[in-house]
Amino acid sequence: MSIKKVHGEQPKEFKFSNENLKKVEEILKRYPDKNKKSAVMPLLYLAQRQNENWIPLAAMKYIANYLTMPYISVYEVATFYSMYNLAPVGKNFIQVCTTTPCLIRGADKIIKLCKEKISPNENEVSEKCNSSWIEVECLGACVSAPMIQINDDYFEDLDEKSTTEILDSLINDKPIKPGSYRGRKNTAPEKLVSINGGKHA
Amino acid sequence: MEVNMLKKEDKIFKNLYNELGWEIESSLKRDDWKNTKDLISKGREWIINEIKTSELRGRGGAGFSTGLKWSFAPKEVGSRPHYLVINADESEPGTCKDRDILRFEPQKLIEGCLIAGYAVNAHTCYIYIRGEYFNEGKRLQEAINQAYEKKYLGKNACGSGWDFDIHIHYGAGAYICGEETALLESIEGNKGQPRLKPPFPALVGLYGCPTIVNNVETIAVVPTILRRGSKWFSSIGKPKNTGTKIFCISGNVNSPCNVEEEMGIPLKDLIEKHAGGVIGGWDNLQAVIPGGSSMPLLPKKICDSITMDFDSLIENKSGLGTAGIVIINKDQDIVECMARIARFYKHESCGQCTPCREGSGWMWRILDRVVKRKATYNDVELLADVTKQIEGHTICAFGEGSAWPVQGLLRHFRKEVESRCRDKPLVKKKLNNPYLVDQHLLENKNA
Repeated sequence: MSIKKVHGEQPKEFKFSNENLKKVEEILKRYPDKNKKSAVMPLLYLAQRQNENWIPLAAMKYIANYLTMPYISVYEVATFYSMYNLAPVGKNFIQVCTTTPCLIRGADKIIKLCKEKISPNENEVSEKCNSSWIEVECLGACVSAPMIQINDDYFEDLDEKSTTEILDSLINDKPIKPGSYRGRKNTAPEKLVSINGGKHA
Repeated sequence: MEVNMLKKEDKIFKNLYNELGWEIESSLKRDDWKNTKDLISKGREWIINEIKTSELRGRGGAGFSTGLKWSFAPKEVGSRPHYLVINADESEPGTCKDRDILRFEPQKLIEGCLIAGYAVNAHTCYIYIRGEYFNEGKRLQEAINQAYEKKYLGKNACGSGWDFDIHIHYGAGAYICGEETALLESIEGNKGQPRLKPPFPALVGLYGCPTIVNNVETIAVVPTILRRGSKWFSSIGKPKNTGTKIFCISGNVNSPCNVEEEMGIPLKDLIEKHAGGVIGGWDNLQAVIPGGSSMPLLPKKICDSITMDFDSLIENKSGLGTAGIVIINKDQDIVECMARIARFYKHESCGQCTPCREGSGWMWRILDRVVKRKATYNDVELLADVTKQIEGHTICAFGEGSAWPVQGLLRHFRKEVESRCRDKPLVKKKLNNPYLVDQHLLENKNA
């Protein structure tokens, strides 16, 4: 259960685009006719994608109407789950995993870099690169720690140097490549090289 | 020397690192969907019995017998349809095995869904994937579409005469939805708060219908077990702890990795042979979390000889859980590591039961005080007491999950914790009045 603030300035109206309305029809087909309510989570995702990665209250009312369920139930779902953003986030939304497996491999250094390069505080949209960052709980890529998620993509096996590269590319609006930054194949063990008697990956 | 202890031909997930390609064509070459129709035509009884004799235990954490779980589903379909739900809400810190199955072995999962769905009389299957795995979900959807094209799914799936559909449902970043009843609530469109059991989902589950909930890895190994025989599966590993298991080795090791190995492999072998050893050598090992963050940690002394299976870990007051192994070496502050885990549980508690909602915050705040060297000896006693107050007093197992790691810390590292504590609190009480109900009046000068 995370604490979330609803954004102060809310748009008055929200409507699904025609393209999304078609997707809604597809989504509703997945669930039994009596249980349309099940579609509330996928619909909130659609609304979030349509509205620059955050959900206004108007969208919740619209979805409640659409699925004929009480507005408060939609509000309850939107505030319970941490992936629904109720306030604007940057175009590049950076989520830094800081749970123990990432922490012991240096996630705090990534946080420090985010503070330096993006914005001093979490959830603060930086003007210069239209990005914001947030500390999150385990993202489920622990053997590739430390890692971050930018929008939908995972960036794995990071260190200070590669994180700096990624953040600089974001600031300069250059493309970035998801995946491992130590050049290994997915989650396979790396071959060890002996440097000065010590083992190194 | 051959590094793998498990023979190459005995590995179930041959494409764990995507060296062979995930598409349906290449997975057909790895024997997926081979004679699925014949397996199904042998009937429900046979399938469930084979799984029972293989002694497959659920890979999601609790280690419950899968065959037994399936047999709880009503034998005949009544007025309500049956459902199969796959739990791919992998959020346990230290665990990332299901992600690789979704990405690289999706056909094994899909085939397993069909067989399991047939065995429990379900025509519809929902796969609940955590929201962060957006790309993995997209990949799985592609794989499902490929299976539909080959007529392995849909009406008369794979020529078996059984209609079967699979739908994907995304979660949205709630750890608690990995608990089966919370997961069902989430699919129904509610906030993910666990239900009271009984009734168990096998009788009253999704939409009030009989529902079987299984982990991704459990379902993905089913087709191979049936194809190669339950005898083969139970010959691997130890009695009652049979088969192979994907271990996720993370933390302070030289080459962290996912690896499929035999159940009951010694922890030391696993770390040294597959993960390149502990950073700084085996003697630099401080502690190991053997099965995802909710399992109590083990100190080096136990790690020297422990084998990785359900029963021997329980004997050592820990558990195999999801087999997410986190290695912590002596360069790390063990209390800080556990304080971070306590913070994770504070963040993820769903807020339904008071002991867990309040207690997880207490545990985090006390451990945080210990890390900052502001705690007193009394705090340690209090911490031990709080963990006991949570354990067993909640609707779901989250309470135990949050209390056990702290108990493990106190069991094995109490000296370490106490060495950071002081005798007396930093802030001394200014007033020496006996406790009054209206104490606040004494503090107010104008009273």
